[in-house]
Amino acid sequence: MFAETALNVRDKKVQGLFRLIFGLMTVLLIIPVLVIMGMLVYKGGSIITIDFLFTAPTDGMTAGGIFPALFGTVWLVAVALLISVPIGIAAAIYLSEYAADNWFTRIINLAIINLAGVPSIVHALFGVGAFVVFFKFGTSILAASLTLAIMTLPVVIVSTRESLQAVPRAFREACWAMGATRWQTIRRVVLPNSVSGILTGVILEVSRTTGETAPIMFTGAVFFTPLLPQSVFDQTMAMSLHLFVVATQVPGVPEELPFGVALVLIGMVLVMNSVSIALRMYLRGQKKW
Amino acid sequence: MVEEAPVAAAAPILSVKDLEISYGGQKALSGVNLEILENEIFGIIGPANAGKTSFLKAINRMDIFTPGMQVRGDITFAGHNVKHLKNVYALRSAIGVVFPLPVGLPMTIYDNVALAPRLRGVKSKVDLDIIVEHCLARAALWDEVKDRLNSLGSLLSGGQQQRLTIARALSQEPILLMLDEFSIAVDPVTTMRIEDVLKELKQEMTIILVTNLVQQANRLADRTAFFLEGSCVEINDTQSLFCGGATDQRTTDYIEGRFG
Repeated sequence: MFAETALNVRDKKVQGLFRLIFGLMTVLLIIPVLVIMGMLVYKGGSIITIDFLFTAPTDGMTAGGIFPALFGTVWLVAVALLISVPIGIAAAIYLSEYAADNWFTRIINLAIINLAGVPSIVHALFGVGAFVVFFKFGTSILAASLTLAIMTLPVVIVSTRESLQAVPRAFREACWAMGATRWQTIRRVVLPNSVSGILTGVILEVSRTTGETAPIMFTGAVFFTPLLPQSVFDQTMAMSLHLFVVATQVPGVPEELPFGVALVLIGMVLVMNSVSIALRMYLRGQKKW
Repeated sequence: MVEEAPVAAAAPILSVKDLEISYGGQKALSGVNLEILENEIFGIIGPANAGKTSFLKAINRMDIFTPGMQVRGDITFAGHNVKHLKNVYALRSAIGVVFPLPVGLPMTIYDNVALAPRLRGVKSKVDLDIIVEHCLARAALWDEVKDRLNSLGSLLSGGQQQRLTIARALSQEPILLMLDEFSIAVDPVTTMRIEDVLKELKQEMTIILVTNLVQQANRLADRTAFFLEGSCVEINDTQSLFCGGATDQRTTDYIEGRFG
């Protein structure tokens, strides 16, 4: 009764073949990551010291460290977050919890998707026109961070909205039926159970913002300045632009320098992604329903 | 019923006139006229799609949260037409609701029962403790959970969650308790325990019991309405309904299990 027929044998072979193909593709996926990381560590690892991280570039950027760029990137990302996170979360809560499903919200949703698809260089030009020129912020951290914020808003909105939607509607209805207002329901039931997803989205946004080059190169980041920014109206160096500069714009840079800069930049992104993954794993472990 | 009657006995707490409910133009329920008296258990039986749940939603104005749901006619609850009521939140908090599938909110057992008091402004820990114990005890759950009030309400077993939902509804200090097929996801033993609870609660509040179990209505309800395909076929004393006194042939057929 359970004897293997020819058909069974063929089915098993086909199944094995597909399993092999899918597995190979997965392995293929890891190779570039490993090669990039390996090359960066191999070529740039030797240059990274405490001094490298905490001193300014010298000798026309061919020697010294990267501190002003590191410091500038932290500023840019922090200010961008301060702008995009509150706006993005508020908009996502509105869209998920308050807005009715009508033509107006559908247009807003479409706009968000389109905003996510706009190339970063277009955001950069918009940033120049709007923040640098029209609002007269000049090339400054504020202008650059606003540009970054607008560019990353869709990410925050979409990830937040998805985390909110993951909370079952039955919980909301039970809460409303007790006489709670929409806001009371959001605060006591919806937000506490979606905060982990929202946080994950924010951290992913941070890692994406860190690496962006185009949006900041015309709006606030500069080629070289030995001065650290004192306020959001100052210009600053930034890691991503600095990498572009030492890799392509300055003659006589030792080979390991750009690799070292790239390694630090990728390191920053990886650390933040790992935090996001760890957070998600930790919070997923706490099953709530 | 021959039990001792409270002062305002036999006064209608809820009266419904020419109720018509539709979803996006499609009628779900129409021509409902009925009165529900204080301290009675009012049973509603009927097959799926009869409009029973829509009826409950119209009473506590949950139609606001249901896209496309339209309610016409008059529902008067405790002397107020719910349609013109400005403070729908007070209306809802005066009406406890128990859903078909138990909804333990994803917070601790304690917080589940303390939620409604907190919403109405009770802050003192002592007061909350008293309310939580009292409500859990009346829902016949206290003994099972008193040692783990800080574990998640949403991870209790189905039967326990349903009793938690009842405790939560009681914490609203409701005048009216509406149960929508509460026994669907509950084992028979828990169902009997909840039924005993309801018999006691009846002394203090009015209960609308929508049920998919005809015999449950027979056991509990003072009067029973039969809903079928969006209309109220018949309202009658439960006893006469179940002892061959039904005036409509469809009611008899349904009760005797010939369809539905």
